[in-house]
Amino acid sequence: MISFEPTENSLRAREFYRRMALEQMRPVSRRYDEDEHALPVEWVDYYWREGRKGAPGSVSGPTDGFVQVCIQAEELCFGDAGLYLRMPTAALGGSAVSAAGTQEQKDRFLRPFRESPHPIWGAMAITEASAGSDSAAIQTSARFDAERDEWVLNGTKIFCTAGEGASQVEGGFVVVWATVDKSLGRGGIKSFVVPARTPGMKLVGLEKKLGIRASDTATLVFEDCRVPSANLLGGSKQKTEKKTAGDKGFKGAMATFDASRPIVAAMAVGVGRAALDFLIEELERQGLKVRFDSPPRAQTALERDVVDMLAELQAARLLTWRAASMMNRGKPNSLEASMAKAKAGLVVTKITQKAVELLGPPGYSKKLMVEKWMRDAKINDIYEGTQQINQLIVARRILEYSSSQLR
Amino acid sequence: MIDFEPTEEQALIRDTVTEFAKAEIRPRAREADEAAKLPAEVLSRAHELGLVANGLPEAFGGGGERSALTGALIGEELAYGDLAIALAILAPGLLAFPVADFGTDAQKAALLPALVASAGTLGTLALQEPRFDSDPYRPRTQATRTGDGWALDGAKCLVPWPETVQHVLVLASEGESLAGFIVPRDAPGLRATPDSYLGIRALPTVELALEGVQVAAEARLGGPTGPHLRALIARGRVGLAAMAVGVARAAFELARDYAKERQAFGAPIATKQAIAFKLADMAIEIDGARLLVWEAAARLDAGADATREAALAMHQVRRVALEVSDGAVQVFGGHGYIREYLPELLLRNARGFACFEALTLV
Repeated sequence: MISFEPTENSLRAREFYRRMALEQMRPVSRRYDEDEHALPVEWVDYYWREGRKGAPGSVSGPTDGFVQVCIQAEELCFGDAGLYLRMPTAALGGSAVSAAGTQEQKDRFLRPFRESPHPIWGAMAITEASAGSDSAAIQTSARFDAERDEWVLNGTKIFCTAGEGASQVEGGFVVVWATVDKSLGRGGIKSFVVPARTPGMKLVGLEKKLGIRASDTATLVFEDCRVPSANLLGGSKQKTEKKTAGDKGFKGAMATFDASRPIVAAMAVGVGRAALDFLIEELERQGLKVRFDSPPRAQTALERDVVDMLAELQAARLLTWRAASMMNRGKPNSLEASMAKAKAGLVVTKITQKAVELLGPPGYSKKLMVEKWMRDAKINDIYEGTQQINQLIVARRILEYSSSQLR
Repeated sequence: MIDFEPTEEQALIRDTVTEFAKAEIRPRAREADEAAKLPAEVLSRAHELGLVANGLPEAFGGGGERSALTGALIGEELAYGDLAIALAILAPGLLAFPVADFGTDAQKAALLPALVASAGTLGTLALQEPRFDSDPYRPRTQATRTGDGWALDGAKCLVPWPETVQHVLVLASEGESLAGFIVPRDAPGLRATPDSYLGIRALPTVELALEGVQVAAEARLGGPTGPHLRALIARGRVGLAAMAVGVARAAFELARDYAKERQAFGAPIATKQAIAFKLADMAIEIDGARLLVWEAAARLDAGADATREAALAMHQVRRVALEVSDGAVQVFGGHGYIREYLPELLLRNARGFACFEALTLV
């Protein structure tokens, strides 16, 4: 039944994470934006100790499933998107293990995130210097050493979110995409779980970025980095049938995006809402209240801008919830996930830029947070598939074209 | 629980209406627009579907299944066929729904049985005014007390006016509040002048001049005081916004299919990213707009105030319907500009949402 009413559980979660955003994240938000590569210890420790337990005393009854996950992501990114990405969680690495891993792999790699005595991180390493959106073009190689029953990884990964924590702190892991046979193209691509501190995996640098500066964006080098055959996601048997099972490996990896794109879209909505809520409060403080019941031709330009921002943000939020709710129903959602991601990334980029404009010099000033939210927002139009890649995915779906028919 | 799947019953109604729109409405859209005339046989077949009667109270012969959400689903599908014909099919609701929602028992008993049973549109609604700042919540048309009744003065426009109309519900300002008056078609001082517009040409519309139109006490919708008709405005916006989504979807599908057929430089133009990305954006915008409409409709069904949500939905569809229909003309290129194809008709209809209010109700 079409419904926009969150369950009791989602409402409690929303309240819980909203308070966390305001009380734990916002007070240190500016500091870790400026102190770019420092570990935000207060936040990381708080999250590991308290935050990850979730809202206390959840009630029995229906949940909103993946929609609730989106609500949580929105609230925390309403707090601070950079600190959200720095949370000690399995993050995208965990999504990859959940989407493509065997039961044994899920147990082995995800259990530490429940049991480790200290904060740990997961990450996913796909992008390379010459392979971003075209992830089938990656050069990092995986060679199977039958004698030792190990995979040997060689290559360099860039733009690995949470890559410092995941590669350096015992208990965490990095999921690395590599090709077992370049001649197979995307069919040769597999993903491998590389535990933190595995010899041969080196952290060689952290990016200095426009925004989300509290997030550690790492360059990782793999030099004869060896992992057991059991660390090939989806099971070790794939190695003997690489010519036929290859596509499943790539598709398994791509399936991660169907689950992660709604979350990224929800994160985007959170950043956009931070700026828009602030703008509306500020305008009201100055005596400007949006009259929703006025005809558009009688509204001021400022009112129309705000109405437009609200409508756009809500459209993005609802597209996001729809993509997530399809997962609740077990329906394929890659079209809807890409729609949500494309819309949300663009909308919050524009909203935050507009908010800086409408607030004038103070909006441009570092005294307020709006300029930071504008910098934080832009990444949502880029990572997890750029605006254009998501348009391409949507276009192929609606036109029923294959990737070779619409390039 | 947040969910985006219609109920089985809603899906059944929607699918029935989609079929009707494809088989009966769309094939008549061009001819109806050119002739500025509604296809009577389509309207009478549509009446048999009982789309309006289904939402009216059982006590007066209706189906008792009123839902703004179901209404939004129906409105989108009908308008996907053709906007003018869709507005005409749902026009009986323009008087019937306000009477059911706000009317006194006497008004319901006097009007609803005939409104439910008739195949024609017996009542219409006059809200819009011929001014750039026409404000549905604060009409310039005034109602002033005169003895037992009221006198109405002002001007209305964009009033649907099928030949069968017997009554018009005139919305007017009565002091600070918005009130409705049920006025007979032949009331002295009421003058109807046919008008024609850029789009929705098949729908007969008039401008109304009201000069000291005397109405009796019992003509005031809901009795001598109250009710405020705010919710009626939101119901109009949700209905129109749903139709705008239907218009946009029609334009998108035409453009998509044409782009896959039309060859240029040895390949369908849909294989070029310039066209493919435009189509992708259209699809995203249409889906986003539809969800805003559904959210506003769900609020109405929950009995909550939907002023804000309906305004947001209307704001969004105004832009989306125009951009998508304009995009369809563009994808068709020169063919989009000639009247042999539908995109130009859709563009003319889509622009109307910038000024429409309460041309339909959910």
